[in-house]
Amino acid sequence: MKKTITLMGAIVAVGMFATAASAATLDDVKARGNLSCGVSTGLPGFSAPDDKNNWAGLDVDTCRAVAAAVLGDANKVKFVPLTAKERWTALQSGEIDMLSRNSTWTHSRDLTLGANFTGVNYYDGQGFMVSSKLGVKSAKELDGATFCIQAGTTTELNLSDFAREHGFKYTVVTVDTSDQSVQAFEAGRCDSLTSDQSQLYGLRSKMSNPASAVVLPDVISKEPLGPVVRKGDEQWFAIVKWVLYAQVNAEEMGITSKNAKEMRGSDNPAIKRVLGSDGTFGASMGLTEDWAYNAITQVGNYGEMFERNVGMNTPLQIARGLNDLWSRGGLQYAPPIR
Amino acid sequence: MSGFTEIQSRAAPVSSTGAIGWIRQNLVSTPMNTFFTLIGVYLIYKFLPPLLDWAIFSANFAGSDEHACNSGGACWVFVKQRASLFIYGFYPSEQYWRLDAVFVLLAITFVPQFFDAFPYKKWFGIFSITGLPVISYFIISGGILGLEHVETESWGGLSLTLIIAFVGIVAALPFGVLLALGRRSNMPIIRTMCVIFIEVWRGVPLISVLFMASVMLPLFLPEGVTFNKLLRAMIGIVMFQSAYMAEVIRGGLQAIPKGQYEAASALGLSYWRSMTFIILPQALKLVIPGIVNTFIALFKDTTLVLIIGLFDVLGAVQSAIVDPNWPGVATEGYVFAAFCFWIFCFTMSRYSMRLERKLHTGHKR
Repeated sequence: MKKTITLMGAIVAVGMFATAASAATLDDVKARGNLSCGVSTGLPGFSAPDDKNNWAGLDVDTCRAVAAAVLGDANKVKFVPLTAKERWTALQSGEIDMLSRNSTWTHSRDLTLGANFTGVNYYDGQGFMVSSKLGVKSAKELDGATFCIQAGTTTELNLSDFAREHGFKYTVVTVDTSDQSVQAFEAGRCDSLTSDQSQLYGLRSKMSNPASAVVLPDVISKEPLGPVVRKGDEQWFAIVKWVLYAQVNAEEMGITSKNAKEMRGSDNPAIKRVLGSDGTFGASMGLTEDWAYNAITQVGNYGEMFERNVGMNTPLQIARGLNDLWSRGGLQYAPPIR
Repeated sequence: MSGFTEIQSRAAPVSSTGAIGWIRQNLVSTPMNTFFTLIGVYLIYKFLPPLLDWAIFSANFAGSDEHACNSGGACWVFVKQRASLFIYGFYPSEQYWRLDAVFVLLAITFVPQFFDAFPYKKWFGIFSITGLPVISYFIISGGILGLEHVETESWGGLSLTLIIAFVGIVAALPFGVLLALGRRSNMPIIRTMCVIFIEVWRGVPLISVLFMASVMLPLFLPEGVTFNKLLRAMIGIVMFQSAYMAEVIRGGLQAIPKGQYEAASALGLSYWRSMTFIILPQALKLVIPGIVNTFIALFKDTTLVLIIGLFDVLGAVQSAIVDPNWPGVATEGYVFAAFCFWIFCFTMSRYSMRLERKLHTGHKR
């Protein structure tokens, strides 16, 4: 009997150690020497393999910035491609340290999945793409139109809400994959293709003549996409949250990957605080003082990250819009580092 | 007295020999045949030239970026540019030689199997299913002898397809034999266990097995304990395929007349000896087509791992065709993936035909 109790005690103790070890994600990441980051299996502009078989995209850069801040090297990331179904399990089971896979922040996900959204790296929303020949300026003019949508998404629900609100009739053509939706749209089977705006830009770039289609300005749903971490590790949550905030703050202050080195000697105390030459903001998260400096020099500020992956000079040609800084009319607003 | 005059045999009429004869016999022998021949000729005329034109004559082979694809034909430049992703996945490029080495080893051990007179052929065969998987694992994964460790997350492309298929094939056959023997066993517990195993695994779709392995299993494990995703998928595939394999082999075992079993017992052979020397050699030979059929199905089923985020050759192609820099290359990507699968499946099929011819001893029709 005594032996059994000792044995059970040992098992419980081992179990507690195991839990304790997995609770401090930061220590795990430092001990392993790389950040394990869940990304999409292929979404242009957000996470997809580039010409040299490296992962590239906005979501990928979000991971790389965290790796730069934590480990000092943006390349120390192990990317784990995940499907939409797997992503939450992978995060909960500890297979990945953070998830950066165009996941929409919703009430139910925030509360029931054991996951915490740390911020928004892309404000998305359902939009409409129409042929530029139609001359339509707003989605409200699409009364009686035929819409191509992908099967099994919330797109149709949003569309029906929108149609009911504005009292117009519509027909739906359901397609299976994004390839097929482009083909159906190009062949004229539908007047409009509706999906998340970021995807519409991606689909437009796959058309034989991208200029023949326009994405309408109307947005009928809110899809804030952002990185996610496991619940129960406040320190790690703070790190992932503040790396993105530091990048947004850097853009606001005009710090870029090119000039960060000179800016370090700036007299502006706000800039000095971001770049770690003043204060102990890194230490309070368990990081070195050059955490934000590393993220900005190696990955860039938020604007650089956006323009490099999805901006006007990429095939996706997405304007900043909602994702512009608050000071320029967008939604990207970061609390100050002080 | 008239002598013997040899009369030369006359040549067969022109209408029944040579090309004309062949055409008369095979293409236009009856009105119905003529009709179908005409339809066939029309279809070839209609579809073959545009296909060849797309795939070869106006296809783009030279160049290095999307601007090279301007002739309207297939854009093979895309496949050429992304070939390293399709073949090696995310394996670090300076380590490609390790995968190349494994490909060469694979070829060295399997090519001799196609030549009857090759010396030590048997040993190559034995090595290919025992030593080769172990050596390949250490070469690919690294971590010993100064080789850099490469995580399984970086494995991908055609090499991953081959790894999964090879492990599945090498492991499913012995498990299948054991399960088949177990199902025919006289021992009730063993028989029941084998029946339950086979019926459970055969009764669920492979997709749900993979989903269980990738989505459900981690939830049952304590937090912080993670199993490698590739390992989970491989175990699922091996379990699934051994159940199918067991039924194929059981078919062979049932075809062996009872006299063979009795003769083996009469000789005083133990159960395992009579199985190894008398029953299984005959049974396996009978079901070679069924076994190879299962192997080919397994090889193609490996693409299902892409739904759990593993990048096999099809997954790599799918992630590359969404690249906005390359508009409209989906067809080329899929054709390439299909070609890869066809090459390997066709090779397996030819090998099985050779094996059947070689081993035919009385059952050949």
